[in-house]
Amino acid sequence: MLMQLGLTRGLIYQAAGTVLGMVVAMVWRLLAGMELWDQEVVFVVGGLVGGFSFMWGVGAIDDWLEWCRGKATPLVHGPPRDKPAWTRYFSTDYNHKVIGIQYSVTSLLMLMIGGSFALIFRAELAQADLQFLGIGMYNKLIGLHGWAVIAAILLGVGGMANYLVPLMIGAEDMAFPRLNAFAFWINVPGALLLLASAFLGGFDAGWTAYPPLSTQGSVGYQFLFLAIYFVGLSSILGSLNLLVTILTMRPKGMDLFRIPIFCWAVLATSLIQLTATQAIGTAFLMGLSERALGMGFFDPEGGGNPILFQHIFWFYSHPAVYVFVLPGLGIISELLPVFSRKPLFGYRWIALSSLAIALVGFLVWGHHMFTSGYSQYLRIPFMIATLLVAVPTGVKFFSWVATMWGGRLRFPTPMLFTLGAISVFLLGGLTGPILATVASDLYLHDTYFVVGHFHATLFGGFVFPFCAAIYFWFPKITGRMYNETLGKLHFYIMTPAFWLMSIGQMTVGTMGMRRRIVDYDPTLGGGLIEARHLETTIAAFLIGLSILIMIYNLVTSAEIGVRAPANPWRSRSPEWQIPSPVPEHSFAAPLQVVGEPYDYGLEEEYVVMDESQAGHTQAH
Amino acid sequence: MSALAADAIEVYRTATRNNRMGMWLFFFSELFLFGGLLITRFALWVDEDGHIIRPELDQNVGLIVTVVLLASSYFMNRSEVAIANGRKRDFLVSLWITGFLGVVFLLGVVIFEWGLIQLPFIEHHIGPTDGVFGAVIFGMTGMHAIHVITGVAFIVVVWRNGRRDVYTEERHWGVEACAIYWHYVDLVWIFFYPAIYLIGHAVH
Repeated sequence: MLMQLGLTRGLIYQAAGTVLGMVVAMVWRLLAGMELWDQEVVFVVGGLVGGFSFMWGVGAIDDWLEWCRGKATPLVHGPPRDKPAWTRYFSTDYNHKVIGIQYSVTSLLMLMIGGSFALIFRAELAQADLQFLGIGMYNKLIGLHGWAVIAAILLGVGGMANYLVPLMIGAEDMAFPRLNAFAFWINVPGALLLLASAFLGGFDAGWTAYPPLSTQGSVGYQFLFLAIYFVGLSSILGSLNLLVTILTMRPKGMDLFRIPIFCWAVLATSLIQLTATQAIGTAFLMGLSERALGMGFFDPEGGGNPILFQHIFWFYSHPAVYVFVLPGLGIISELLPVFSRKPLFGYRWIALSSLAIALVGFLVWGHHMFTSGYSQYLRIPFMIATLLVAVPTGVKFFSWVATMWGGRLRFPTPMLFTLGAISVFLLGGLTGPILATVASDLYLHDTYFVVGHFHATLFGGFVFPFCAAIYFWFPKITGRMYNETLGKLHFYIMTPAFWLMSIGQMTVGTMGMRRRIVDYDPTLGGGLIEARHLETTIAAFLIGLSILIMIYNLVTSAEIGVRAPANPWRSRSPEWQIPSPVPEHSFAAPLQVVGEPYDYGLEEEYVVMDESQAGHTQAH
Repeated sequence: MSALAADAIEVYRTATRNNRMGMWLFFFSELFLFGGLLITRFALWVDEDGHIIRPELDQNVGLIVTVVLLASSYFMNRSEVAIANGRKRDFLVSLWITGFLGVVFLLGVVIFEWGLIQLPFIEHHIGPTDGVFGAVIFGMTGMHAIHVITGVAFIVVVWRNGRRDVYTEERHWGVEACAIYWHYVDLVWIFFYPAIYLIGHAVH
């Protein structure tokens, strides 16, 4: 049974491929007259061959190999014929709904792994002095927490986009279903390499991998570089697919200003992912080749420049945070009208503000480097550009308030999480300009204040909306309702706990607590820093507990929950006009758009099905 | 033409339109990879006074491989035009020449520029470990060479399928994809060649 799963085959192939790659590298070195063992080269070749072997084993490239032989392969829909239906979630499947769930579940898994790393070192920080974590272990965990959670967020964004976009625009599937499956599965060897790097010394100079520390640190950095190459490939291919889907596969009458607003957020996100991801690939590839081949990009000895790495790295890694938050902000804009029974205020402004954030986001990377010693005259333009981001973000906030204003609000769990997201994102947003201003950043750089700021942004921009999205679309995905009491319990534990944690982080930061440091002076902040750290740790554990409640709720409700009606939220969006759970071929007939997406309170529909065309599948 | 066949052609056209858009988005993405390498070159190859410099390389090697690659693009275009007009023989011959020139380009870079095989009449080589000159030359030509290798593999696949009559006048997206990919890799070299060989003061 286990061997019938693509995942199992993939893992076996990856293990074999890694060994094979290592042997090939060693034989090559031997033939070229070099020393047999060089861990840098051997592990890189092994990791690379192993990653692509996984893709072969899991079956994600089977159809393409057939194409290379000149054979056409039909796109098979539906569960596998000779195996139980659940196996499709562990194998290559081309249905975007299956892939969306694969993304989301993997995301939750990575989120919990990354979160557990944080809980371990948070426990260490609860008291001054060293208790149970060694210095090296602490550094390892902090780097792993960073990248595991970033990978989890990218997966979660992919999950929401893959599941929702084709349903929302009434398309049968994504434009390139095979590429879609490939883009998901390439994350798995990536995530495995990321976690495996812990056994090769981790990446103990921080997740940013700044040279020269990263080019001299443990060999775990090589696995990090490779892992991000794989995950980045997924971002690029996935976003390409989403762009083509949104631009070409809309039904009759759905012009670009009539698509559900979440699709606009995905459009903006995809533009960033498509382009900026190449930059981190370039930076990490240079780091990788500096270590493995001695190519001196960043080594000042031969004329290299370590600051160059920071520029290229942040050219991706700053826009990347908009990749993390824009879909979440799209979810907020999507859910508020449903639970306010009012039209979304300023649809066009919201749509274009996502694009504006994405474009301005390309011009702000230097604000991470105010203290790096780059040319002073660059600081002011970067500061102004960064502050400019507040304008389109403000547009979103005002629109949300105006949408709720005078509405008939209902407060089931998804709405609570939407409101929680707004409050938490406001906290993250308001601490942004303080850090964007050169004068204050010079003092706050690399303190825990920064940690508090970006945790608030990412919780408000991703974690809360992701939870809202999970609860909101859970009935559509499983056909059953989640447990409302447990959902509310999750919300009422997580939100105050998060506020406590984030404000605690910011407070210890202003007291002088530095980032990524295992120990601190207990006399800081008038002797209060230890108490603040303890509060923060307790709050972090409460967040962990609330996530466990959610997982329990989702797992049990999928089995024993009340049967969900087709449209429990009375939403106008196309995916709610079809049965729950969504049938294999989502729409029985092509859609036709006859109204506006958010005209709540009006009689006219947003979409109708063109029954005369029923059974006539759309071309793709 | 029967209604069913007309339907099939319509499906193929829609799919090709999507494929084309996907391909161009991929090129747009790759622009940032090659752009990043070009920025690295101009950021690192400067002297203390901020003047742009370059290493002293064998100009003949650079010129010859560039001409070879540009010529290959011409044959690639002929090949695509031939299949669009249903001239199968021309299509295959031109494709074969393209692939051959691609391999010549690769050998030129690997043997003469990288000095993987020591030849008596080529004087000095810069290795990957020779400071920023080595790092950037090998970074840029290496990344480009990976794309040329992919392109040659693509050509081999298309050539094999072409011999088995997979492509027709109406249906040859595979050939088109291969052709625009090849032109794109060519175009990148048009920016890389002056950046590596021509711009700046030559420094020993």
